[in-house]
Amino acid sequence: MVPADPAVDETAVAAGRLDPGSAVAAGRLDPESAGWLSALTRTGPAREAALTRLHELLVRIAHAELRRRGPQPQITGPELDDLAYQAAADALLAITGKLGQFRAESRFTTWAYKFVVFEVSAKLGRHFWRRPMVPLGGEAWERLPDRFGFDPAQESEWRDLLAALRRAVDEELTPRQREVFVAIVVNDVPLDALAIQLGSNRNAIYKMVFDARRKLRAALAANGYLGPENSRRS
Amino acid sequence: MNGWQALDRFLQTDPRDVGCEQAMEMLHVYAELVAAGAPAEQRHPGIAVHLRACGPCEEDFEGLLAAITGEAP
Repeated sequence: MVPADPAVDETAVAAGRLDPGSAVAAGRLDPESAGWLSALTRTGPAREAALTRLHELLVRIAHAELRRRGPQPQITGPELDDLAYQAAADALLAITGKLGQFRAESRFTTWAYKFVVFEVSAKLGRHFWRRPMVPLGGEAWERLPDRFGFDPAQESEWRDLLAALRRAVDEELTPRQREVFVAIVVNDVPLDALAIQLGSNRNAIYKMVFDARRKLRAALAANGYLGPENSRRS
Repeated sequence: MNGWQALDRFLQTDPRDVGCEQAMEMLHVYAELVAAGAPAEQRHPGIAVHLRACGPCEEDFEGLLAAITGEAP
């Protein structure tokens, strides 16, 4: 770990590298995080050493995150190593570029690890399109019952519900909402992968699916397939 | 949970849901609260709701939590 530097706050603030109104300036920073900031906001060998150490940590976290997410059918062997290194390198760029935005609301390393986890997600999303399971434009409606756990032996009970859902998808959603809903819910395309494919971002795609879910539930409830909106919030 | 319940649960939306952008912005803070055993859901209900509904953000949260608690494989 980078050694703590008690002078970090004053030094960085005086140099204008940290927001004097921030929690950092207010002295809420733990010593380890202060050490990282001290090293990363300076110039010369100390900063280079900190960048090297941080990159090593990020590579380790990226590897661990890839292992935690389990086997990736699209990625094997050395490609996994490359992905971890790329994620770490891109995360390091993001971290150094946003250092002034660190508000000491968490340990520095927690804040930094967040970026490498995001990078792993984004890179896995890009790899998805190497071997897409469903051709773009196809619709795998026949897989929907299994996806939601409908019992094939009781098809007579849920056939009408899913037909009504499909009708609502066609009639209630905008073309863009329909495209996104079908890709994610029907074709099981990962949200991050779809965001990349459409040149969008996770937040925008999630919002589109959120609005689609609300519309579809209202339509199914209006037609008696589902009860009123559950008022219980957990 | 049967298919009807699963579909109904998936379609239900919660107006407290803050969306991905806000959840990602605060994920490091939320993860540290959870790691510390603090009432993260009470302090940030909109993030808790979002993480239950958004697979990618929930996955990122689990990854970050594993990273800071040393439970990463």
